[in-house]
This record gives sequence, C-alpha cells and structure tokens, in this order.
Amino acid sequence: MTDRATWRTRIGLAEMLKGGVIMDVANVEHAVIAEEAGAVAVMALERVPSDIRSQGGVARASSPKMIKEIMAKVSIPVMAKCRIGHFVEAQMLEALGVDFVDESEVLTPADEENHVNKLAFKVPFVCGCRDLGEALRRISEGAAMIRTKGEAGTGNVVEAVRHMRTLMRDIRRIQTLRDDELMVAAKELRAPFDLIAYVHENGKLPVPNFSAGGIATPADAALMMHLGAEAVFVGSGIFKSADPRQRAKAIVEATTYYDDPARLVEISMELGDAMPSLDIRTMPESEKLATRGW
Amino acid sequence: MSSESTILNTPVPPQTSAPVATVPPIWQVTIGVMALQGDFDAHEKALAALPGVSVKRVRTVADLDSVDGLILPGGESTTMAKLLLRFELMEPLKKRLNAGMPAFGTCAGLILLSEDILNRPEQPTIGVLSCTVDRNAFGRQVDSFETDLAFPLPDEPAAMVRAVFIRAPYVVQARGEAQVLATYDNRIVAVQQNNILGIAFHPELTGDLRVHSYFVNLVRHSTEKR
Repeated sequence: MTDRATWRTRIGLAEMLKGGVIMDVANVEHAVIAEEAGAVAVMALERVPSDIRSQGGVARASSPKMIKEIMAKVSIPVMAKCRIGHFVEAQMLEALGVDFVDESEVLTPADEENHVNKLAFKVPFVCGCRDLGEALRRISEGAAMIRTKGEAGTGNVVEAVRHMRTLMRDIRRIQTLRDDELMVAAKELRAPFDLIAYVHENGKLPVPNFSAGGIATPADAALMMHLGAEAVFVGSGIFKSADPRQRAKAIVEATTYYDDPARLVEISMELGDAMPSLDIRTMPESEKLATRGW
Repeated sequence: MSSESTILNTPVPPQTSAPVATVPPIWQVTIGVMALQGDFDAHEKALAALPGVSVKRVRTVADLDSVDGLILPGGESTTMAKLLLRFELMEPLKKRLNAGMPAFGTCAGLILLSEDILNRPEQPTIGVLSCTVDRNAFGRQVDSFETDLAFPLPDEPAAMVRAVFIRAPYVVQARGEAQVLATYDNRIVAVQQNNILGIAFHPELTGDLRVHSYFVNLVRHSTEKR
C-alpha cells in the first residue's frame, strides 16, 4: 500500500536536515548564495527578522510570487513562514508546494489563543518553543520539527542558549521521575501525558530539535550544536553581515565540525563584520518576539 | 614441563582456552557513517542493533582510515558534496572505494555515489556507481510517500520492505556492472555494483534491519586491498 504525507515522511524530511543550516532568504539572489554556501534548506520571507524589528508594522506570510521564484531557482528544500494561528496562510503555502511551513513568532500572530491544527495538513510544520511544555503542545498539534525560539533579529545568542538549556534540562528532569510522578509533570508543564511519557522513556523529543533566533557567528552555531541542537536556523545573521557569502559558508562548516576548535579557528579567519546586534536586557518586553506563542 | 614433551622431545604448544563453538564466530567489522550532514544518527542506530558491528562517525580522513565499510546517509547531496571537497575528503574516499571498500548510500548517498546527475552536470559526485540519477525526481515534500516494495535478499528472495521515499531521486539509467535490485512504478530505486549499494529510499527510518544486515555481510566478505 502506498501512503502519502505519513508521520514518517514528515519527520523524515526533518531527519534529513540534521547537521545542517537553514538560512533565511529575502530574494532569489540570497537563495542562490545560500545554496552555493551549502545550506540544507532556505526559509523564504520578505524581510529578515532584524528588518521586521526595525521597520515595525504587521509582518505577514511572504508573497506567493517571491516564494515560487525561489522554489524554481534552488534544488534544496524551500520553507516559508505563516503567522501563528493563520491556517489560511498555511493552506496557501501548502498549495504553493513549499516543503516545510514555519508557524512562526517572527511574524505578527493572527490568533492570540490558538495555533494551527497542523495534523490537518500534508505539508510538515516546524514551530518554536522556549521550554518542554511548549514543544510538546506544538508536537501534539502536529509539528514534525521543533526549534527553540531564541530572540530573532538581535544577533544575540543569549536567548537561544537560554531556551535550549531550559528544554534540555526539562527533558533530563522528566527522565529522572518515577512513573507515578509523570501526571503531575504533565500538569505542571501543561503538556499531553502521552508525550511526557515518551520523553520519560526516550530522553528526547519525538521529533528533531533544532535551534533558532540570534545565531550570528560560526561559534554561535557550534555552541548551539553542543547544547543539543540537531541543526540550526540562521536568520538575519547571514544577509545582515558584511560578507554574506563567506559567513554562510563558515556557518555551514562550523555546524558540521562544531566539536573541533582548531577547525573552527580556521573556518572563522576571513569573516568580516557580524550583523549589527542588540542587547536583550535593555529591550522592552513588548518587543520580544519569543513571548508570542501559547 | 610435562613429562610427555620430555619423552617425545617436542615443544609444548602454548595453552589456549579454546571456546566451545556453540555459535558461529562473528567477524567483527567497523562501519563508518559519513556524518557531514544528514540522517547519520538513524543509520548509526540501525547499525548498533546488529551483532558484530562497531559504528564510527566519519568526518575526517583519519576517521575514514579506521573503517571497513562506509554508509553515506540521506540529507542534502549538494551540502555533502561541498563539504567533501572543502575538507579534502573526496579524493581519499574515491581511492578507498576504487580499491574495493564497500559503501551503502541512501537517497543523497545514492546521488553522491553515482556517476552523474540528470541536468546537473555541475554538481560533483564520487562516481563509483555506473548510473545516472535524477534528483527530487518524485517531486517535492508533499509528494513524499511510503510503499511496500519487493527487495530480493540472498536468503529471502521474496522479501518485501516498507520503503520511505522523501524528496527522493531515482536511477534513470544503470550501465555496465550496475545491477538493478528493485524498482517502483517502473523506476529503478535500488542498484548494486560489486560492493557498492545505492538505494533511493530510507531503510534507516523503518526499524527494519534487513538491508543494513545485507550491507554488513558485504563488508564482512570484502576483499579490499589496504
């Protein structure tokens, strides 16, 4: 029997992206640079997160025309973002044939209570999280990949580190519990019991776990791989830097050789300036993107 | 000294504790999984479940030197090819494969092992399988699928496997010594050329170890000159 869009084919594509870098691109030229640098996929969006942050206004799904041009030009998978809860944007991205939909806090949420029912789609989804409870709620809705949120568009890795450490610590804590303590853990984390039981048994999420939000250097990418990321998303970090070609290539290399410091030195030699960055401690709560999603 | 050896004037053989041969001895092999990018951990898990196999992650020439056979996982063939060239693994790998080291590629791994890629002459490959492949030939992710596929194995000629195809390639032409092992919808999805196995789908995602076990046997019987 032949089946399409099974749970295995959805998670399977996420498996194939492991150890790789998914790059935000705002036009066809960016997409070509990303593919040449060795990106495993591109995320097509009209404005990279740092521009969304500085220009303000409502950030929506990108124009279908622009996404289609990118899909025609590169041979690697193409992802695109929809607003949290905006299932029509998601349906349109599926109809367009994108390979993954990111229901993303980087865009302005369309629904401040509900996320998209991702099980109703053929296209796989990735969603952001800050801790284990949020990750398991998204997986329960049908996300086939989780990425920790970090704080997009800042060039500051501190939130990415905080979210990955929190997630991995939560997972390790669940592993140590007795069976009769799992229900309370599910209650406290506001997560489905069966997924808490899975984490208790397996010591990992039931889907691949990537990192996003604030990665600006090869060293940042390597750090996130050490902390438990299975691949990294780089948003503004590449195309807001002085030499996107060189930086894109270096981040790809650093993600593969993250545990080889001598090689990381060699990789980081000719990088030029990183993107302009922000101190998150002085940022008002209302400007933080990671607080979106429920 | 035993009295017997004195009498017969023959040396006493060193004492060996010969084990009682209740099970056939397993010939231990080290199998590398190329871990530049892709689903290498799924392959590692499959190999780790097989008896007599040590698994080694391969990212450097030194890693490559320590293995008896190599798996090239699924992932992005463009990314893997670039890293193979940039970190100067391509030539050492070709040398080992040409000397007879067994290799098993799934999906992107099949693409890397093939001689050429349809309409993509610029994309470098290792080129040890006499095949032309077409990338993403079944379509985009929404066209990814799984199916029951006839996959004859030496001890199980009527074997069926659950085959998971993800943005998969297929072989448009198999030439010379490349033997077709399996087809789906009249398209070639598995080939073998001597010790090189190339498969368009992902046995590593199903928990079915038969294809990996078949490859491990190729490695056990390898006659690579090193």
